[in-house]
Amino acid sequence: MIDDLDRALIVATQGGLPLVARPYHAIAEQLGLSADEVMRRLRNMLDSGVIRRIGAVPNHYAIGWTANGMTVWDVADEQVDALGERIGSLDSVTHCYRRPRALPAWPYNLFAMVHGASRDECAAKADEIRTLLGAACRGSDILYSTRILKKSGLRIGC
Amino acid sequence: MRELSAVDRKILAKLQGEFPICERPYAEAAEQLGIAEDELLERIEALLADKVLTRFGPMFQVERMGGAFVLAALAVPEARYEEVTALVNALPQVAHNYRREHTLNMWFVLATETRAGIAEAIACLEAVTALPVYAFPKEREFFVEMKLEARR
Repeated sequence: MIDDLDRALIVATQGGLPLVARPYHAIAEQLGLSADEVMRRLRNMLDSGVIRRIGAVPNHYAIGWTANGMTVWDVADEQVDALGERIGSLDSVTHCYRRPRALPAWPYNLFAMVHGASRDECAAKADEIRTLLGAACRGSDILYSTRILKKSGLRIGC
Repeated sequence: MRELSAVDRKILAKLQGEFPICERPYAEAAEQLGIAEDELLERIEALLADKVLTRFGPMFQVERMGGAFVLAALAVPEARYEEVTALVNALPQVAHNYRREHTLNMWFVLATETRAGIAEAIACLEAVTALPVYAFPKEREFFVEMKLEARR
């Protein structure tokens, strides 16, 4: 869990780090903390997983991954966890989750993201998943993204 | 889309995580890339300005701070797509939003500081859009790694 100072640090950094030589000192000054305190708290949040990582967040279209497919699968409930683990470990899959179905509109309970420079490349990655699922798969679809409407990341209240 | 230089590619390949926490982190990262601190700062600034990067900084896992992160979707009538996009994007709880090809044609992630915030955000979206929100909370996460190298 986080306290008020951690929260203030999140609010101060969620839009990005200052692009100055001493960014943590700049944040410290802004919040009235010492730079050591800022760095110590960021390290703690990194260790506890509140911060997943620190670095560049690319717009994947702009770096050539123009085809982004959300592959979705209707997998037998008793097999979905074991198969999900195997699909998640495929190099071609960047995110893999079990989620609830929303019947009748949405029969799919396993979501796996694949990326490629073309839709063919995504479709080939989906075929790899299909082969792995075998008879446990009762239906599937690929939802390609055609536009990023928003990508701001987390924004908690200030 | 702008062309990426060899140095830009290197920044994208090496700096998607593990940015140091120290007094001069850009200097330290620049040294590993074999460039000067000033050049790294200028290049990150340019990559952000050209929208090759959407952000440079910490990525948070809201669940680890007591909050929630939920994928949700809407089936938006084509005639209302721009209007509904504006309504959905206006909500600060919407962390990202993608148009996808399906009857459910708008997929977004809600990130809220408390678990109760998700239901509030969904109720708010349903009220302003007059459309039902389909929520797909994760029941299990099998793998998450999102470090894509530049392809171009």
